Amino acid sequence: MSVLNPSVPKPDLYRFTMPVVAVLGAIFGFITGNIFGSPAIGLVLGAIIGAALAAGLDRITGMDRWKKIWGTAAVFAIAGLIAGGVGGLVGGTVVGVSMGWFTTWISSGKYRASVPSYYTAGQVLWHNTFLFICAFVFFFLIAPLFPVAWLSFNAEDFFTFTPEMLAFKAEGYSLKHYADFLGSDEWMVPLKNSLIIAPIATIISVSLGTLAAIGLSQSHVPGRQAIMAILISPMIVPLIISATGMFFFYAPLGNWLQANLGLNQAFVGYVKVILAHAVLGIPFVIITVTATLVGFDRSLTRAAANMGADPVTTFFRIQMPLILPGVISGGLFAFITSFDEVVVVLFVGSARQQTLPWQMFTGLREQISPTILAAATILVTISILLLTTVELLRRRSERLRGMSPG
Amino acid sequence: MKLISKLMKPIAAATAIASLSGAALADDHMASNMTIVSWGGAYQDSQIKAYAEPYMEMNPGVSVTWDESSAEAVAKLRAMNEAGNITWDLVDVVAADALRLCDEGLAMEVDHDELLAAAPDGTPASDDFGDLIVSDCFIPQIVYSTTVGYRTDLVPEGTAAPSDICALFDLETYPGKRSLEKRPINTMEWALLCDGVAKEDVYDVLATEEGQERALAKLDTIRDEVIWWSAGADTPQLLADGEVFMGSTYNGRLFSAIVEQDQPIGMLWDAQVFDLDGWIIPADLPEERLARVKDFVKFATDTQRLADQAKYISYGPARESSAPLVGKHAELGIDMAPHMPTDPNNAKNTFLYNYEFWADYRDDIDAKFQAWLAQ
Repeated sequence: MSVLNPSVPKPDLYRFTMPVVAVLGAIFGFITGNIFGSPAIGLVLGAIIGAALAAGLDRITGMDRWKKIWGTAAVFAIAGLIAGGVGGLVGGTVVGVSMGWFTTWISSGKYRASVPSYYTAGQVLWHNTFLFICAFVFFFLIAPLFPVAWLSFNAEDFFTFTPEMLAFKAEGYSLKHYADFLGSDEWMVPLKNSLIIAPIATIISVSLGTLAAIGLSQSHVPGRQAIMAILISPMIVPLIISATGMFFFYAPLGNWLQANLGLNQAFVGYVKVILAHAVLGIPFVIITVTATLVGFDRSLTRAAANMGADPVTTFFRIQMPLILPGVISGGLFAFITSFDEVVVVLFVGSARQQTLPWQMFTGLREQISPTILAAATILVTISILLLTTVELLRRRSERLRGMSPG
Repeated sequence: MKLISKLMKPIAAATAIASLSGAALADDHMASNMTIVSWGGAYQDSQIKAYAEPYMEMNPGVSVTWDESSAEAVAKLRAMNEAGNITWDLVDVVAADALRLCDEGLAMEVDHDELLAAAPDGTPASDDFGDLIVSDCFIPQIVYSTTVGYRTDLVPEGTAAPSDICALFDLETYPGKRSLEKRPINTMEWALLCDGVAKEDVYDVLATEEGQERALAKLDTIRDEVIWWSAGADTPQLLADGEVFMGSTYNGRLFSAIVEQDQPIGMLWDAQVFDLDGWIIPADLPEERLARVKDFVKFATDTQRLADQAKYISYGPARESSAPLVGKHAELGIDMAPHMPTDPNNAKNTFLYNYEFWADYRDDIDAKFQAWLAQ
């Protein structure tokens, strides 16, 4: 964020900085007090420590801001270590950094730095509250992943933070759940199934969804709205209803394929699940591709036709490259839909098509084992790497084509 | 046209391969793959080690696909039957579900003496399993019990560890959360037992409207302290976390948490409720698949195999002739007999689950119990 207001005055220490920091101190004090069983005492002590910290840091002049923050963190970390061991050290460091950062941020007047100078106190408060809310939303979206990843290294077979884990002792940790995941058919077969089903379903969804989106964007197609509504319905209809419907639709279809074409049961099972997942993925492709088609200049296809290109050539040489970002992101959504899907596959698939989410679902119900957490951690890591790669490639191609100023 | 013929080539090839492999199978009179449905977890592992792996060793070329769907076996079999596509070959269910499936014609009726192996001394299977054959479709495997575990380190100082089922309802002596199953079976019986009803009268009382009210009123006294579980893995997890002080679950789960995972958990055998688990074969299987399943079941339920299963999990074998063969734990090398629910020391005060009562009253009491939960 650009600095709108670089020369902000320092706020009054007694009337502003000390009370505000005291409030944050009281909140931390309340939480800490809860752990030790006396929230009220924690609240009061926290407020006093906060006010004292504000006054103290204000007295120290001529010191770099980050030195002040790390100094505060060190003091809190040592206090935490004395009060609560290694866990206290970590907690103390977190509280110390937050308190130090907040105090220096308030006392230097930096909290006004990114708003115009004519803002009233209320507007400044709202602006900063808004930023904090955003930060908290991100925090609560991301934070649940960390205990999952942490617990996956548990040396025990339960979802429990053991005292050894909290004290960061080596014997509390183990890679055995990863070995379990990578070494057993129970997990490797479902992983293989997921890696067969999801890509094929994605290819079908992307091909059909893109064609449908292009067709539906032509103004002369009759009943466009109705067709669109039907194609998108798998996204709107509750999954369990689609799943039941598909079960009764695909079962006779599969029987017919087995009886008349002599296909074996396992092969037909894959076909059923792949088709079902393709149906679920198509709406995502249609929506993203339709969105990119809005920005597509139709005169380009006419120009291509004018130069003698047939419609297929026009599509692959002109239209496809321009709507490719929409197609790719639709494909990603379709892939994730299939890769994450558990309800439909439970109905349509048989045990030989057991996918990873299915295995996680039954594992969670019948046997709460951290192997599920190891699987989840590996999947999250793969997803992050995959998305990062796609995003970097996208940026690179934009840069190469000179579409982005960066 | 060219494009279409190009596309058709791989499809035709795939079809040819598929039909070839189909033809290869048809030569043999037994199918080469079985889908077996079980409960997952340690229980399924014990089945794999005790019967599936030895069977596959004897019959190379046979593969087994496991489906962990026993919990919803009744609903899924109904749906498969409706759709005319039964993908399961052998299903592990509790006795109560076997009775329902048999009544609905979804499970195949079997002649136990013809299908199953006799005991080593020649006793026919129907005598060896005895009363445990509770239905014509049911092939018993194990006897398990539902019982109560508690955290040994959370027992209040100066008090003895709980030894009586009524400790569940005694919040004064044993404060703390409890976990109980989210269905009336077992829970209602225990409530009445601890409300002063004699063991032999429990089902007579529970058959009456007042009796049901009485059980719920007893449960009301601990209601605020109860966490309701629905899967067998829940209570061991809650106990390991220290989130509950005591809770009910299957004895094998507690064995695994106490002995194999070394958790600070103790267990009560008092008023343990016996139940049975076993196989059913889905009705109307195609001939080759049925032949394979019959061959497998005969092997998997013989005297030695059932005794072997007890090496991996602390459930009692359903055959009388297997009991003397129960040995030591496969990995820990401890004697398994004292951990069996049927061991005389553990079976001092047992409670026999009444199938007929629950078959008649289940829907009614279920509805009342769920309504009570929702209040």
